[in-house]
Amino acid sequence: MSHAIVTEGLVKRFGTTKAVDGVDLQVPTGRILGLLGPNGAGKTTMVRILATLLRPDAGRAWVGGFDVESQAHQVRQLIALTGQYASVDGKLTGRENLILVGRLLGLSRIASRRRAEELLETFALGDAAGRAAQTYSGGMKRRLDLAASLVAHPRILFLDEPTTGLDPRARKDLWQLIRQRAHGGTTVLLTTQYMEEADHLAEEIVVMDSGRIIASGTPDQLKARVATRSLLVRAVKASDVARIQRVLGEVSEDTPEVRKLEVTVGCPDSSMLRSLMRRLDEAKIEVDELILRTATLDDVFLALTGRPLESTRTEEPPTEATIQ
Amino acid sequence: MTPPNSRVDAELQSHVGVRAGVEQTFTLAWRSLLQIRHNPWELGDFSIQPILFLLLFLYVFGGAIAGSPVEYLHFMLPGVIVMNMIFVTVYVGHGLNTDLTQGVFDRLRSLPIARWAPLTGRIVADIVKQAWCILLLLTVGLLLGFRIGTSLVGLLIMVCLVLTMALAVSWIMVLVGVMARDPEHVQLFGFTTLFPVTFVSNVFVPAETMPDWLRPVVAANPVSHLSQAARGLMVSGPVLEPALWSLLWSLAITAVFAPLSVWALSRRLEGRSRTGPG
Ligand SMILES: Nc1ncnc2c1ncn2[C@@H]1O[C@H](COP(=O)(O)OP(=O)(O)OP(=O)(O)O)[C@@H](O)[C@H]1O
Ligand SMILES: [Mg+2]
Repeated sequence: MSHAIVTEGLVKRFGTTKAVDGVDLQVPTGRILGLLGPNGAGKTTMVRILATLLRPDAGRAWVGGFDVESQAHQVRQLIALTGQYASVDGKLTGRENLILVGRLLGLSRIASRRRAEELLETFALGDAAGRAAQTYSGGMKRRLDLAASLVAHPRILFLDEPTTGLDPRARKDLWQLIRQRAHGGTTVLLTTQYMEEADHLAEEIVVMDSGRIIASGTPDQLKARVATRSLLVRAVKASDVARIQRVLGEVSEDTPEVRKLEVTVGCPDSSMLRSLMRRLDEAKIEVDELILRTATLDDVFLALTGRPLESTRTEEPPTEATIQ
Repeated sequence: MTPPNSRVDAELQSHVGVRAGVEQTFTLAWRSLLQIRHNPWELGDFSIQPILFLLLFLYVFGGAIAGSPVEYLHFMLPGVIVMNMIFVTVYVGHGLNTDLTQGVFDRLRSLPIARWAPLTGRIVADIVKQAWCILLLLTVGLLLGFRIGTSLVGLLIMVCLVLTMALAVSWIMVLVGVMARDPEHVQLFGFTTLFPVTFVSNVFVPAETMPDWLRPVVAANPVSHLSQAARGLMVSGPVLEPALWSLLWSLAITAVFAPLSVWALSRRLEGRSRTGPG
């Protein structure tokens, strides 16, 4: 099997920080790989090295078979990058931004205009095409940024946290666009802080922390290592906690954890919800809240490293089903 | 070491041809100029501001300094052209810094284009903007009664001399653009340093009217040399000496600041000085 991206012992230091600390990575051609990790894990640094924007301090990397250092120009002809921060020219219109990229890639005036119109259509930017990009919303800027990356039909696409800061709807829309591209045979390396995103998009996930790879596998393999969902029940009275704990233990065959008024247990399948409700009802236990939580990166991380994420950013919109 | 996998494509180019690089330069210059279209403020900076300078100084100082505005116009128009040129260079730093902080520079660097195209594109756009300002000031000057006392050739040499200095000073602004945290700081730093440099010169008043201690500074100021050369080339007066001095200054500034800017830029891009977001 051929690999679109290969790295060997990649290292990048910033002062005393080792942003990337000996990473070996292999991404088969045509695959969507999710690089998952908390703030400061080194995701952006990895992407920037692979996109020829940064030189590694040690180790080597090949993209499309070309060395990112000595054959950077060839690499640039194969890749496109959508950075963590939208990199569009705010003073140009959406259309002009796309035409600019087309012209720089050597398309004729007519061809670059035609390609721009196509992409504006695909990315639902037609109405705003004639407005300066600085007036766009965050989601629109992101879409324009992604569109700009696709002008050249890249074979390898780098997406650095493509949906961070977007509202859930805009995020879903963007996911769909990314998946469509990937079906066309493009190799995609996307970074994310969200387990849910990696799960939706990636066929293979690599978990990074402090510049190192700490786990990798398919989403299912990784999820098998953590309970993907958990059920949280909050008691009204402290005196109920022990009883709730017993009921939860019975319906889930797992040991519930207690923290103050909250009892949590892994919930691999939602059918246990019904029996839980029935049991609680029978026992006349009043509950304040019942929450079904999707496993977050924190859970995966905790399971993999045995320590919680020290990350302060927990922007992930929780996908909760709350029953009051 | 051999690549551990087969190449995707053997027919990719290994470098950018000069012709392609020149085309990319013009595309990027076009882009810099296009920005003005959607930003009326910038258009004002390049059009209304120079005219405003000219009119204000002409009618506020004209009577006091030279007796009549038209007489004063012949003294100050060459100087105002030089002064305005200096101020317009700030936009080179401002634009570059915007590209760096907004990530546009990264996008450009990830494209298979000539490494130098983003800088040369800016320079070409800058020359166009500078030439436009000179033309505008000349036109308004002629409408107000300015008469060229030399020849068209003199005028053309003046334009070349001013543009040479513009390129030199632009390198200083590239450095400022690379070092500054955000575009606002470029503007702040640029204008506060350039104001004294342009005013402590013979742009508005002859050096003889200034206090003794200031005269040597005024005499050494490249802005003074260039203004005097421009005066000589457009109206009358000495040409050769001030022109040589201003060329020498242009060369010296370029020799120092071009390598310094390129060095600072590569340092910033390698992330050793961390200024942008992320
Ligand atoms: N230009 C730089 N100068 C100094 N330190 C840097 C630079 N870029 C990154 N770092 C450091 O390197 C480490 C990895 O950063 P990187 O941006 O790659 O992380 P990340 O996984 O992308 O994080 P995030 O989720 O916040 O985007 C961090 O400790 C960061 O502070
Ligand atoms: Mg990042």
